[in-house]
Amino acid sequence: MENDQDKVLDEVTSGEYKYGFVTDIETDVIPAGLNEDVVRLISSKKEEPEWLLEFRLKAFRHWQTMKMPQWANLKIPEIHYQDIIFYAAPRQKIAPSSLSDVDPELLRTFDKLGIPLEEQKHLTGVAVDAVMDSISVKTTFRETLAEMGIIFCSFSEAVKEHPTLVQKYLASVVPHTDNFFATLNSAVFSDGSFCYIPKGVRCPMELSTYFRINASNTGQFERTLLIADEESYVSYLEGCTAPMRDENQLHAAVVEIVAERGAEVKYSTVQNWYPGDKEGKGGIFNFVTKRGLCKGDDSKISWTQVETGSAVTWKYPSCILRGDNSIGEFYSVAVTNNHQQADTGTKMIHIGKNTRSTIVSKGISAGFGQNSYRGLVKVLKKAQGARNFSQCDSLLLGDKCGAHTFPYIEVDNPSAIVEHEATTSRIGEDQIFYCNQRGISTEDAIGLIVNGYAREVINKLPMEFAVEAQKLLQISLEGSVG
Amino acid sequence: MKNDFLLQIKELKASIDNKEILKGLNLEVKPGEIHAIMGPNGSGKSTLASVLTGREIATVTHGTVTFEGRNLLEMSPEERAREGIFLSFQYPIEIPGVSMVNFMKTAINEQRKHRGQDPLSASEFLRQMREKKELVEIDSALTNRSVNEGFSGGEKKKNEIFQMAMLEPRLALLDETDSGLDIDALRIVANGVNKIRRPDTSVIVITHYQRLLDYIVPDHVHVLYDGRIVRSAGPELALELEERGYDWIRKEAEVSAESWTTGQK
Repeated sequence: MENDQDKVLDEVTSGEYKYGFVTDIETDVIPAGLNEDVVRLISSKKEEPEWLLEFRLKAFRHWQTMKMPQWANLKIPEIHYQDIIFYAAPRQKIAPSSLSDVDPELLRTFDKLGIPLEEQKHLTGVAVDAVMDSISVKTTFRETLAEMGIIFCSFSEAVKEHPTLVQKYLASVVPHTDNFFATLNSAVFSDGSFCYIPKGVRCPMELSTYFRINASNTGQFERTLLIADEESYVSYLEGCTAPMRDENQLHAAVVEIVAERGAEVKYSTVQNWYPGDKEGKGGIFNFVTKRGLCKGDDSKISWTQVETGSAVTWKYPSCILRGDNSIGEFYSVAVTNNHQQADTGTKMIHIGKNTRSTIVSKGISAGFGQNSYRGLVKVLKKAQGARNFSQCDSLLLGDKCGAHTFPYIEVDNPSAIVEHEATTSRIGEDQIFYCNQRGISTEDAIGLIVNGYAREVINKLPMEFAVEAQKLLQISLEGSVG
Repeated sequence: MKNDFLLQIKELKASIDNKEILKGLNLEVKPGEIHAIMGPNGSGKSTLASVLTGREIATVTHGTVTFEGRNLLEMSPEERAREGIFLSFQYPIEIPGVSMVNFMKTAINEQRKHRGQDPLSASEFLRQMREKKELVEIDSALTNRSVNEGFSGGEKKKNEIFQMAMLEPRLALLDETDSGLDIDALRIVANGVNKIRRPDTSVIVITHYQRLLDYIVPDHVHVLYDGRIVRSAGPELALELEERGYDWIRKEAEVSAESWTTGQK
């Protein structure tokens, strides 16, 4: 492990965005703009059943009555929805049934990203669903998982092969009217991952989805649905990258998690969408709705996120603690450098008795970055014995960035115990000099100190993601001092 | 031949916040020598440590400093460290969340890279950690914690000496290493320094009191007063200072300064 960390630090020599290449691949697109016909066309291209088309149309009609929310601490230029392409798919002649059917150019793309899709070469035991421009390219290890009754496939395949499950759970956590971006997603979502863990099964490997935006002027709207049936366990990873482009691109995803009685879901994200250049040109607008429902008693949902990318991040992975004794956790590191802006946090809604939640948020601001934590802890009347602990720390590098904290606490049950701690600190010159005096350069010292600061969160990530996350933290802060 | 000297300081003047602190300091240190720099508070002892390690707060306005014949003042702080200059801090800094193991490993491998050596293997590194921990009698648990976080004053000083043992410097600067130590801790720290010294390791002990010099016996003792070295002699000078205090030095220095200014007129 120490060796890995060394390698990581050695590898990091330049602060450029490494994933900014474009894959030259034929793409099937629906022309820019959004109306009912486009929604119908998306549905028909995906050969969807009538109920799903109805769901999309319902959402679209509702979306037309909505306005983009303005309450976040973000400065966003107007988004012209009629200029966005809502559907783009890498063109494939036939649906890939094995790896040899997948376009080699696509495979090379995921290779470059360090995401191996070739199962026989893959020893780390992570099953991968790779999504490029709205379409799931390939899901690995499906057969191995199927033997245990685990379903892990693209959302479109799930609609075809497991319609009852999809229909039962889709929008059961994030309804089609939820918010502007979730409603838009409900109308135009293209693909994503679907996962079902049956009763009593512990998923033996990490499941993971890698999202890649490739085509230009394209929005990406993926939808992930994860169901953990009674007494099951799964750890799920999500990673994302995009080419460097001068224009802003819209990403509006929805993730829904349902944990039945006694189930546990760990959901980890390393978000590294293109953040824009040093002057703030380009970059992804990342508007994501992630919510988990602890539906059964004794269930647990844990969100861990490392957010280093995107020009704008608007994201609040939340837990609805409905089952008694259920547990919600949120561990977050968000970095804003140059002109990046992030307004991120969580909502913990305590409904059941003796429900517990933990929030650990670590914001890091550098350059002209603006970093806001926004969190709600809500304890409903019946939530006897609810407990929450929140810790929000901000670390500032330089004097032109900002850190903001917006905690909301609403308690309707007198037995609840809610604690909130917050700190703001700077990397001290004396800390950096101490490292210098031991032969460590200033850039490396900042990497060490920032990773130390974020360690509590990074430690929650599965091992190989933790290494990637450490690397990312260092890269995304390079050039932020001196 | 000037290459006889590991460190050579000539007519050094340095300021902090535009106030001149060092006013023409000369010092020559040969490999393997131990020099003690003593002086009352405010005489410029810590500024000298800042200048030698490249800390930005001190600005050099005049003079030269050469380390092994090279211009030290042109080197970055980390380059000086990698070349073998080690400072045991008067007030060691806490770095929360950064483990001693990770910190030390990064430091050692930076030094090795500088010398064109491969990084240490994990097992070799851990072996050295263990060995050096015993040498300086530092509690094993300390090195499993974050750098200096929650350490007592004595533990922090021991940790400095432990790091010195790991990095094996050519020139060690001990800045008030004895301050805040009880007599047992002082003995452990001083013995640690003696044990890790190699024949060619040079040490500059910066101290207000003589007591550390009972354990780390200097070859030369210098008295720093008002930014200059006003007196240099053997170890007996430290004892004299201990006995008589700094007042007689102050008076002598003032007299000589007076005669110097009158001489100018």
